[in-house]
Amino acid sequence: MDTTNNPEVVLSVRNMIKDFPIGQSSSKNSYMRAVNDVSFDLRKGEALAIVGESGSGKSTGARVLTRIYEKTGGDIIFKGKPLQQYIDDHGTLEYARQVQMIFQDPFGSLNPVHSIYHHIARPLLIHKRADKKVIDKLVYELLELVGLFPAVETAEKYPHELSGGQRQRVAIARALAVDPEVILADEPISMLDVSVRLGILNLMADLKDKHGISFMYITHDIATARYFAEKTAVMYVGHMVEWGNSDKVTQTPQHPYTQLLLSAVPEAGQSGRRELGAKKGEIPMWKPDTKGCPFSARCPRALDCCNESFPEVTQIADDHFIRCHNI
Amino acid sequence: MKEALLEINNLCVDYVSANGVARAVNNVSLTIAPGETLGIAGESGCGKSTLAFAITRLHKAPALISEGEIIYNGRDVLKMSDKELRDFRWNDVSIVFQSAMNSLNPVITIGEQLTDVIVAHKRISFKQAAVKAKELLGIVGIHGDRLKSFPHQLSGGMRQRVVIAIALALEPKLIIMDEPTTALDVVVEREILNELYDLKEKFGFSILFISHDLSLMGEIADRIGVMYAGNLIEIGDAKTVFSKPSHPYTKGLIASFPTIHGPKERLYGIPGDPVNLLRLPTGCNFQDRCADCMDICKKEDPLLAELNVDYHAACHKL
Ligand SMILES: Nc1ncnc2c1ncn2[C@@H]1O[C@H](COP(=O)(O)OP(=O)(O)OP(=O)(O)O)[C@@H](O)[C@H]1O
Ligand SMILES: Nc1ncnc2c1ncn2[C@@H]1O[C@H](COP(=O)(O)OP(=O)(O)O)[C@@H](O)[C@H]1O
Ligand code: SF4
Ligand code: SF4
Ligand SMILES: [Mg+2]
Ligand SMILES: [Mg+2]
Repeated sequence: MDTTNNPEVVLSVRNMIKDFPIGQSSSKNSYMRAVNDVSFDLRKGEALAIVGESGSGKSTGARVLTRIYEKTGGDIIFKGKPLQQYIDDHGTLEYARQVQMIFQDPFGSLNPVHSIYHHIARPLLIHKRADKKVIDKLVYELLELVGLFPAVETAEKYPHELSGGQRQRVAIARALAVDPEVILADEPISMLDVSVRLGILNLMADLKDKHGISFMYITHDIATARYFAEKTAVMYVGHMVEWGNSDKVTQTPQHPYTQLLLSAVPEAGQSGRRELGAKKGEIPMWKPDTKGCPFSARCPRALDCCNESFPEVTQIADDHFIRCHNI
Repeated sequence: MKEALLEINNLCVDYVSANGVARAVNNVSLTIAPGETLGIAGESGCGKSTLAFAITRLHKAPALISEGEIIYNGRDVLKMSDKELRDFRWNDVSIVFQSAMNSLNPVITIGEQLTDVIVAHKRISFKQAAVKAKELLGIVGIHGDRLKSFPHQLSGGMRQRVVIAIALALEPKLIIMDEPTTALDVVVEREILNELYDLKEKFGFSILFISHDLSLMGEIADRIGVMYAGNLIEIGDAKTVFSKPSHPYTKGLIASFPTIHGPKERLYGIPGDPVNLLRLPTGCNFQDRCADCMDICKKEDPLLAELNVDYHAACHKL
């Protein structure tokens, strides 16, 4: 890949940390570290998939970015300006407009007492302050953009009258209403019928490719990560262990955990027992003062130093990075 | 083909409600041979779980078996007495459901739960049963020390393995698994699949494996049946269903799953939305989503027809 030709960075995260309190007292050890030292760049019109098992910190990371949670440490830089500066300049509304989030459960995120029209017109009214005629036109355009035809009829419906896939399209239309730069999509297809999942992925792909929207795509399904996202980052217990070009990460994984993850993915025609290259083991609870590599207890390549420090970043190929002591 | 262990003929299961009758399983016929894994695939609401419950008569009102036969080893399950049914459910078939890991009794240790099942159905002492329980846990890859654990002390994957151990306790000949690994992470899912492959080799039981994950299905099943709106619309050997599907719905479903390896190209999946069982059209249920739809499709139901030896599909175009 030609690195000089990269699209501009829209959202940049540096050394992000998020701790949650776990006990009553406020001593250091009564916190658990859900996200530890995570850094990445999200570029214009590109998707970054975040994969990893439950509890690896994917949603927490996205929630810090949308300010649902406050970060414990690190920097978030949006369009060249630190998040703190948006806060200091009373620009948080502007930040919130440009960084939208869509959720796993499209039903839970819509209000049952309001029509689809209301859901999409509301953000338009708040951000555009245009008159009714303009708003109507925009609502119908957005519904068509997300594939809900006929738009006028759909607009009159209520959430319970739509299928799961249609509701997720409404959630996407609502996020688009305010012209966001970035959409953080937290498992947007995992609760949908298998037959409509691809339609939503393809819709997001069009928004990315034709409208230049950047996506952070959180998923358990590494095959869809490769399908949809240019970049993939693999998380384990709050740590980003391998990331870069999606094809490199999925076809030539270098980190022992990514290798484990990929060797486990079901694949048609590959029947029979498959040895997993890792010890069985419980997933550790990370604390602020826990040392070492989070995968060390299960890692077949672990060295002595793996219990001492979390490895620095190593670039192993163009657009391919890992954090591992034993490369 | 070997003599069938389970044979289902023209099974119909209805849900009766004030809004009408929804036929969740419509005229389904299939067989499972000894030692075979039959996969049932299809989107949410197509009737997979209803079928699984009906086979063991565990369906509850408002579900009703309105027609058909379920023949297990020559015996008609629908005609069994309560006692016969109880024996059938434990000694011949057992079931693992998706949420089974949450159905373990929270206040009883997993060791006791296993021993209880064994003692209730086998003429052996508690002591012998406890030894057997430990052995079973070992088989599913859980250390014997865990016998004294309560369900909440185990991870989801471990609990699901306990459920599989309970399902194996009485050495059934058929295990029905309804989305047994759907709620689990892929590494844990793989650990359980590995156990399952080993167990199957050791005990030789048949599996009815229900999943919406076609990649997983294509890996584990010998034969695959695909359901749409209560109908079995294609059934045959897994390899052909996967590599040369015949029915437009199966084609679309397979094209809805990006693969982890192999070429990366835009997939098109299936347009439209799943049908409502209370508002099925005349003719083929898939007509509104089918690019190949013809006039006849809107008038007549396509019937399951033999395309090849042991290979059937229901589509007017074929
Ligand atoms: N208790 C019930 N009352 C009325 N209808 C029901 C009931 N349970 C299931 N159904 C309907 O029967 C159909 C088949 O349901 P079933 O749960 O068997 O589908 P499934 O393929 O297993 O779906 P999933 O993958 O979501 O579990 C659906 O249309 C469903 O809405
Ligand atoms: N509000 C919260 N309070 C305390 N702990 C939390 C909270 N939200 C998440 N966590 C913990 O943070 C870790 C990461 O969670 P999450 O980001 O939700 O994982 P994922 O989305 O990858 O499944 C988990 O161990 C979880 O239990
Ligand atoms: S740092 Fe050490 S323990 Fe961690 S993945 Fe690399 S070799 Fe394994
Ligand atoms: S019967 Fe007709 S509508 Fe139905 S799947 Fe076949 S071609 Fe399509
Ligand atoms: Mg999550
Ligand atoms: Mg089901």
